[in-house]
Amino acid sequence: MRFALHAEWTKLRTSAGTFWLLAAAMVLTIGLGAIADAGVHCGSAACNHDPAKISLSGVYLGQLVVAISAVTIISGEYGTGMIRTTLTAMPNRVAVLAAKAIVAAGWALGAGLVGVVGSALLGQLMLPGKGFTATNGYPSLGLSDAGILRATFGSVLYFVLIALLSLGIATAVRDAAAGIGVVLGLLFAFPIALVMVGNPHWHRRLEQIAPMTSGLGIQTTVGVRGLPLSPWVGLGVLGLWAAGALLLGALVLQLRDA
Amino acid sequence: MSATMTPYRSELPVARDRFAQLVLAEFTKLRTVRGWIAGLAIGALLIFGVGFLSAAGSHQVCQAPNGGICAAQMPLLGPGGQVVTDSFYFVHQELTGDGSITARVTSLDEQVMPANGGGPDDASSWPPGVVAWAKAGLMVKLNTTQGAPYAAIMVTATHGVRMQYNFTHDVAGSASTATTTTPRWLRLTRSGDSLTGYESADGITWTKVGAAKLAGLPSSVSAGMFVASPDHDVTTNIVVGTSTEGGPSKATATFDDVDLQNQSPSSWQGTRVGDGGVRALPPFTQSGGTFTITGSGDVGPMGSDGGDDNTISGSLIGVFVGLMAMVVIGALFVTAEYRRGLIRTTLVASPRRGRVLAAKAVVLGGVVFVLGFAASAFTMWFVNRQRRHNGTYIVAASTPTEIRVLVGTAALLALSAVFAIAVGTIVRRSATAVAAVIALVILPYILAVSSIGAMQWLLRLMPAAGFAVQQTLHRYPQVDGTYIASAGYYPLSPVLGFGVLLGWTAVALGLATFLLRRRDA
Repeated sequence: MRFALHAEWTKLRTSAGTFWLLAAAMVLTIGLGAIADAGVHCGSAACNHDPAKISLSGVYLGQLVVAISAVTIISGEYGTGMIRTTLTAMPNRVAVLAAKAIVAAGWALGAGLVGVVGSALLGQLMLPGKGFTATNGYPSLGLSDAGILRATFGSVLYFVLIALLSLGIATAVRDAAAGIGVVLGLLFAFPIALVMVGNPHWHRRLEQIAPMTSGLGIQTTVGVRGLPLSPWVGLGVLGLWAAGALLLGALVLQLRDA
Repeated sequence: MSATMTPYRSELPVARDRFAQLVLAEFTKLRTVRGWIAGLAIGALLIFGVGFLSAAGSHQVCQAPNGGICAAQMPLLGPGGQVVTDSFYFVHQELTGDGSITARVTSLDEQVMPANGGGPDDASSWPPGVVAWAKAGLMVKLNTTQGAPYAAIMVTATHGVRMQYNFTHDVAGSASTATTTTPRWLRLTRSGDSLTGYESADGITWTKVGAAKLAGLPSSVSAGMFVASPDHDVTTNIVVGTSTEGGPSKATATFDDVDLQNQSPSSWQGTRVGDGGVRALPPFTQSGGTFTITGSGDVGPMGSDGGDDNTISGSLIGVFVGLMAMVVIGALFVTAEYRRGLIRTTLVASPRRGRVLAAKAVVLGGVVFVLGFAASAFTMWFVNRQRRHNGTYIVAASTPTEIRVLVGTAALLALSAVFAIAVGTIVRRSATAVAAVIALVILPYILAVSSIGAMQWLLRLMPAAGFAVQQTLHRYPQVDGTYIASAGYYPLSPVLGFGVLLGWTAVALGLATFLLRRRDA
């Protein structure tokens, strides 16, 4: 397992795109968050804005880069035929996938720690100037606030889970374009369908099982009680999706000819 | 001495590669990859399936006995079939046959619900505020039922004198306001089924504001004074977003010199039509010839509060998901050639590289357009039937609007696929191309409808603006509101929004052609 991990780390480290994707994930996450920070305005105590959701909204964009990176880790090998070499060297296919999962999770953790924590700190700097003051009901915007801390580190974990979900799906699908299409379809189809689902019961049920909607519930610091699932349970739903995808990927990898 | 070698020459006649051959070649490539055909079919199925499932998930528990739409779900409709709002205070008496009503409005003052505290029940203590479309004036209405046909001449808080009729029509008069120092005279004349509104500064010289025909108006109608004050929305527009705060409001107006001509005198009756916003309102008072009337609510088309649920294009929600499948195929249509090395064969066969790209765009764009049109048309017909069956009222749209939505949706899908071809040529990596196109076409819509709200500007600048082709809701200038994406309003018109997508696609194709020519394949 140690060798598998070392091999996967070397592959990731020496791929041309790794550095650029890592930089893109960080820049896009912080950038969109900064635009949202700059664009928001809280005029009174009744504005009801959620500071964590605003400053961390770059996660919506950053997750795409995380997904690209995780999908490429496996489908890049299928594209070049490298997978046959890998599986010859490491006949234990589950160990190969596990090593890839650890490397992908580490990559996402790095991107998240810089991108998400950076966004949170930027929000702490910018939002007080936009009316997010103690008089309007926002006494603390820093990481010392329990809600903001949960939102920030929950979002870092969200990146990790998105990476695992993407890796699992891409292992099952093999093709990079189809893999990323399935991942983004899974993430985006639910919130879009929710716009039109009028029955309150089904609306809530869909919100609960939607991987992105329930997972990003972790960013809620205002009106937590109104959430369809509590923040950590919501992130747990995404965790279940990721575990399911990895399981499916492992099964397919084990059974199928490479 | 060396022998002269005659180089080999093909015996085929010399001819230029024509564009038709290129198109045929690209069509053959598309047709013969089983995964791509499956991908396109999955896209079409998603357009239908997501729409069908969301219609099933909107099933209303309450059903009217005859299988129709239950009362709670049925929106208020005006004479023209539009969804309207009809809540105001009406001081009226019966008007039989032709006649006219004249009055002088001497004040119009609005009070708004404070941001915190002072709920709708405590309206007496509300502070003054400005409600731009608060209105006081004269009205002739079929009867006091909500949604009944009417014509009215009125003074508004900041939009001057207006003649409005049957909810959706609005004609501007002078820019005058009504105050004690500068009161405004109003007159509404009925002759048969036509009503004419006049205004005057002194009650002597009258200016015509507008005329309305209310077809089939019976001889006996209600005529009198009305006051309404819509919910006030304070929408702050900032560089990249909007923020809205607001709530119900009420307005108090004083009328004097009231004159109902050609009628036998009878007493005035106060009726609260509808219950817009404020639960408790004082009754009107009459002392001598002066009337003081307090009203709340609005008479007009439903603004942004109507929502997307009642439109025909609500059935096409699956297009967002189906589009992602088309984008995957678009990206693969180019990047697969790079991965397999086929691109070298393609470019040897047709050395003019720009034409290869054009052929790919024509083939996939055409196929996706036809497929997208068929899937959207079937989905709109079937899912809307299902939604009506499930108890959702759907506002009928004119045939040109339906055609615009369907052709626009098909073109939107086709352009997105072509955009993916261009981006795929530029980045040459399928995963990056797919993610980039979805980030530009789909993600802005999700951000704009999500709770963040401050992201409406994305639907002006990003290719996602193209979804405006599906908009069927009208934006009425005489109704203030938050016209945002989650309520079914796109910031750009259908043509302009589509233009933004077209512009992005054109620029991407231009860059792709440039890079394809410059770069080694």
